[in-house]
Amino acid sequence: MATIGIPRALAYYIYFPFWKTYFEELGHEVIESSPTTRDILDKGIKDTVSDACIPIKVFHGHVEDLKNKVDYIFVPRLVSMRKFGDFGTETMCPKFLGLPDMLAASINDLSPVMEARLDLKKGKSELFKVYSELGKRLGADFLLICRAFRRASKIQKDYEQLLQRGIMPDMAMQEVLAGSYKKAALAGREREGANQQARIPKSGLGQAGSPSGDNPCSLAVVGYPYAIYDPYINVGLISALDQAGVRVYTQDMLSHRQLKSQAFKLDKDMFWYFSNRVVQGALYYMDVKPVEGMIHITAFACGPDSIVDKFLEIEAKRRGLPYMAIMIDEHTGEAGMQTRMEAFLDMLEYRRKKRES
Amino acid sequence: MKVSFPRMGYSHLAFRWLMEEVGLECIVPPEPNNETLDLGVRYSPEFACIPFKVLMGSYLQVAEMGADVIVTSGGCGPCRAGYYWVMHQKLLEEIGVKTKVIAFEDPMCGIWDFIRKLNLFRNAGGASIRHFVQAFKTAWEKVKAIDDMEILSYEVRPYEITKGDTSRALQLSLGLLDKAKDRKEVEEARQEGLKILKEVPQDINRDPLKVGIIGEIYVLLEPSINQYMQQMLGDMGVRAERSIYLSSYTRNNTFSQGEQDVRQAARPYLNETCIGGHGVNSIGETVLYARHGYDGVIQLAPFSCIPEIVARSILPRVSRDLDIPVLTFFLDEQTSRAGVETRLEAFIDLLEMRREKKRGIKSASLITLPTPRAKFDAAPKLVAADK
Repeated sequence: MATIGIPRALAYYIYFPFWKTYFEELGHEVIESSPTTRDILDKGIKDTVSDACIPIKVFHGHVEDLKNKVDYIFVPRLVSMRKFGDFGTETMCPKFLGLPDMLAASINDLSPVMEARLDLKKGKSELFKVYSELGKRLGADFLLICRAFRRASKIQKDYEQLLQRGIMPDMAMQEVLAGSYKKAALAGREREGANQQARIPKSGLGQAGSPSGDNPCSLAVVGYPYAIYDPYINVGLISALDQAGVRVYTQDMLSHRQLKSQAFKLDKDMFWYFSNRVVQGALYYMDVKPVEGMIHITAFACGPDSIVDKFLEIEAKRRGLPYMAIMIDEHTGEAGMQTRMEAFLDMLEYRRKKRES
Repeated sequence: MKVSFPRMGYSHLAFRWLMEEVGLECIVPPEPNNETLDLGVRYSPEFACIPFKVLMGSYLQVAEMGADVIVTSGGCGPCRAGYYWVMHQKLLEEIGVKTKVIAFEDPMCGIWDFIRKLNLFRNAGGASIRHFVQAFKTAWEKVKAIDDMEILSYEVRPYEITKGDTSRALQLSLGLLDKAKDRKEVEEARQEGLKILKEVPQDINRDPLKVGIIGEIYVLLEPSINQYMQQMLGDMGVRAERSIYLSSYTRNNTFSQGEQDVRQAARPYLNETCIGGHGVNSIGETVLYARHGYDGVIQLAPFSCIPEIVARSILPRVSRDLDIPVLTFFLDEQTSRAGVETRLEAFIDLLEMRREKKRGIKSASLITLPTPRAKFDAAPKLVAADK
């Protein structure tokens, strides 16, 4: 039995339930790093080159946090998650592709890194192949691997369904891993039902002067999972929006089919998995399920986002949708974020009043 | 139909010739200057890399000069460069410019799309298929000849006795090449051009440092963006070799037998075959330069370039392991010549000192180590011109 550490950054927010279940079923202990703090970020900054984006810096910090606490640190090399795109060449951001090598080059005396190369565009059986290989390396027999893989896939599916029901990852993760999927799903459905009623009718905002209390402002927050769900690096934007009584939608609340239905609107698909999800999700909220405004959270000097952000900006402008890009870096402060958010919400409120009168 | 294309180094000579040969009217974009950058920066996303901004500026300039179509290259990721044309098209539409951007995607990904687009241009120009193919072959020979001349110029420059001779000779040879009309003439012009370059008066007693330049293709190839770094190094008396040329993938490098070798060399440090752009090459070529006894390596990358950031994170380890100094420049629209020059001079000084130390020169009379600059100034006195 070994202890396996999983950094709470990057792909963690989407795939953690799978990883945790799989390794635990194999009989190992799984430890995740503690939530991002100033200390973790500082360590990450020290390890990385200044030109790296903040999610990468945070990831290095989390690895530092796990160092010496665990036997292995699990750092998968995510190459592609599916066969998609104009030439079927969709990949992850190049920084994901080089991640284990970057770690090896920049952190000294690292606990052994457990690496797995996930290139899922190769075919359906690739996922099982990679994980069974990993299981074998950990000394498990084939039957155990099969069972663990099945359980983990089930949990992952439940998790994704909870996300699609509009539950935030931290909550969904808790419920799924505690085995209370059904209860959570029910709660999610109720919430979704309430939203259905509260949703703005297509014919116009807040008919017959309904007070904004029972017609909450709906806002799409799009961005990479590791930017929107890590409350430290975006200084709690999502919870601040919640407190302001805003209903938040993210691209992860949409099913794969809903996302794919938007793909035809692009002249050429983006090359990156998460970027495709962001763009397609944003287009969905622009055209199919209208929201009142859109916030794009992006990291300073993020390569793919230089394209994604401009693309969304143009599309939002063409549709007359209020759009705000929030750029996060290691100096992002709460006051600045708060001010911008408040101004944006005020503007939405003003728009709404203007339409009503 | 007036056609234009992105400008990259001296390759525009070949492209212009090709387009005119197949009957298209061609507009050559002006060399990127301040105006280009201003235009590009104004209309591009803030964190797009410098090639995107420069191309944006160039496209707006050629659109003003009357270009109807811009031909460029596509790509299938994961480097953003493959997505440029879509974004450029969208931004041009937003600005209200009617120019169309047509991109040739990788023929390996979709051969019919490639052929269809080629045919489009052939029909527009009215050239026969045979003539079209011939023109292509000749243009490719030209590209290769241009690269040959450029490579030789960088070899000659550190030895030149009168500053500026090599650059003049290079211009002369490129002029000759530009007049060539078929493959035979291209070959003649190439020979003639190389001869002119070799005849530049040289001082063969000098012992220049050898530096390899690696990095992202556009900033390597376009001298106006990298502040003419390769020439600058030559003027400082350093033999600077660049890893990428446009004709690279048909050319056997001085020491690598193509891509495969470079990837093989990179494997211990970056175990992934394709991280986009020239990220893997940057690592692999540093390893190769170190193995072949180069004194140092300079990495050029656009600010926020993803593959080069990955490479940059790994390069310190390569540098430590193989004991080769690496200097990285992240270039953007703020980069100035003076800043680059200062950093380069410091780096070259450091390399010089390292070399002296390695050679074990502990001569007591040598109180101050000769800097390349001092050496260069002193050079004309000990003339041994090679004709």
